[in-house]
Amino acid sequence: MITLTGVTKTFGKNRVLRGVDLTIPSGQSMVIIGGSGTGKSVLLKCILGLVRHDGGTITLDGQDVTTADRDAFLARFGMLFQGGALFDSLRVWENVAFRLMRGALKRPKQEAREIAIEKLRRVGLRPEVADQFPAELSGGMQKRVGLARAIAAEPEIIFFDEPTTGLDPIMAGVINDLIREIVTEMGATAMTITHDMSSVRAIADRVAMLHDGVIQWTGTVGEMDATPDPYVQQFIHGRATGPIAAVR
Amino acid sequence: MTALTAPLAAIGRPVLAALALIGRIALFAARVVGHMVRPPFYPREFLQALLQIGWFSLPVVGLTAVFTGGALALQIYSGGARFNAEAVVPSIVAIGMVRELGPVLGGLMVAARVASSIAAEIGTMKVTEQIDALVTLSTDPIKYLAVPRVLAATLAVPVLVAVGDAIGIAGGWLVGVNRLGFNSTVYLQNTVDFLESWDVVSGLWKGAAFGFIVALMGCYHGMNSGRGAQGVGAATKAAVVGASVLILATNYLLTEVFFSA
Ligand SMILES: Nc1ncnc2c1ncn2[C@@H]1O[C@H](COP(=O)(O)OP(=O)(O)O)[C@@H](O)[C@H]1O
Ligand SMILES: [Mg+2]
Repeated sequence: MITLTGVTKTFGKNRVLRGVDLTIPSGQSMVIIGGSGTGKSVLLKCILGLVRHDGGTITLDGQDVTTADRDAFLARFGMLFQGGALFDSLRVWENVAFRLMRGALKRPKQEAREIAIEKLRRVGLRPEVADQFPAELSGGMQKRVGLARAIAAEPEIIFFDEPTTGLDPIMAGVINDLIREIVTEMGATAMTITHDMSSVRAIADRVAMLHDGVIQWTGTVGEMDATPDPYVQQFIHGRATGPIAAVR
Repeated sequence: MTALTAPLAAIGRPVLAALALIGRIALFAARVVGHMVRPPFYPREFLQALLQIGWFSLPVVGLTAVFTGGALALQIYSGGARFNAEAVVPSIVAIGMVRELGPVLGGLMVAARVASSIAAEIGTMKVTEQIDALVTLSTDPIKYLAVPRVLAATLAVPVLVAVGDAIGIAGGWLVGVNRLGFNSTVYLQNTVDFLESWDVVSGLWKGAAFGFIVALMGCYHGMNSGRGAQGVGAATKAAVVGASVLILATNYLLTEVFFSA
């Protein structure tokens, strides 16, 4: 279980997170929604320790993430970055198998490659892609390679930062199903950022809405449609008018 | 009051900023060196860096050396003529080359070529979140990116300097024999007779120091790159300028240490 209490983060004068309280129970799929630039990516990076939060506490299974043993902590996580963040000096399969070729999870090269190709298949990519370089792929393909890399070592907690942005609807459906599958089959805990409401409905056990640096609303998918919360209603129906300013 | 303190503040602020930067770079250097002796090691990345930094720098360093050696021979000849001491050309070219110009010009050329490319590469990795991705994949970016490059540069630049020394001396010999009327055998004999091994070895030590500086500055500025293409551009510039200035300052210090006795 991941618990955030009163988490704050400021960049210069930009108060991005202003006291985020959120609990992500183990084995559940939590989806974070919210306008672009509201700090959703920063929130994930704070949990992973890639960005140091200014105030509040973040705990994983009761242990403060800032004092936890970094290696053991990170070994439990997989992360898909918003931009893919593939290593462009390495081939696609070497990207996917990165964790499997060094450190505690090191295994023979051939085996690592086979696992990588299998993971690529799961995100809808053909084996031929394995020997290409990331720069040779389209944005959507890079995103899926990033996804394959995030799940390659079968981590227990996986963060997906906008997994379906830039994908066609069919591929988005494939990825949504995959994320759902990872949670139900592997029992992983997932935290997904998305703007895509069909994704939300396909993936989420619970939904949290980030706005103005705080969790404005949280509840199940069913509750989301019924809630009178004007922020949530404006967001899920994509209205230009409402409490969320269109100019940010 | 502000009218009095404002100029002081204007001087003080950049001085403090420069001191803070030096402190951060020193800290970074200490971390890199600390990681050099602790596993895991990344031999593949090291060999790649060796190829990039060492092998591919050979043409630049060689060209720099041959022209410098040639120009040096001409200068010393015309300077020496004022004292009727044209005969010193071979030995002064050799000493000047191996002690000073080989390491310094080699170091500066490598700074231009390598510090920039390291900073741009690592800076791009930083702005495209590849460095963050490394961390989430349980890989220390300093170990994986900085250590192989710094180690490779520290080992490769002395070799480049040695090659540059030889090519520079050959450049001087070419000019000496073809333009200044030296006898080839006498020229080479003079070069060998007056050159002491410490002349050469001190230059190689300088090369090692300059290699360390070049890769360190590339890695430091790349990893601390600002956001976007502009951030990478600024990081690249800072790496080249920083490495060049540090090379020249370090060269003076090392020369004091090696030869002031
Ligand atoms: N490293 C950083 N330095 C300065 N500002 C940042 C940094 N990372 C994010 N920000 C700022 O924080 C805000 C939230 O960014 P982000 O979390 O990426 O938004 P999103 O909700 O779209 O994922 C933005 O205003 C962004 O400019
Ligand atoms: Mg984002």
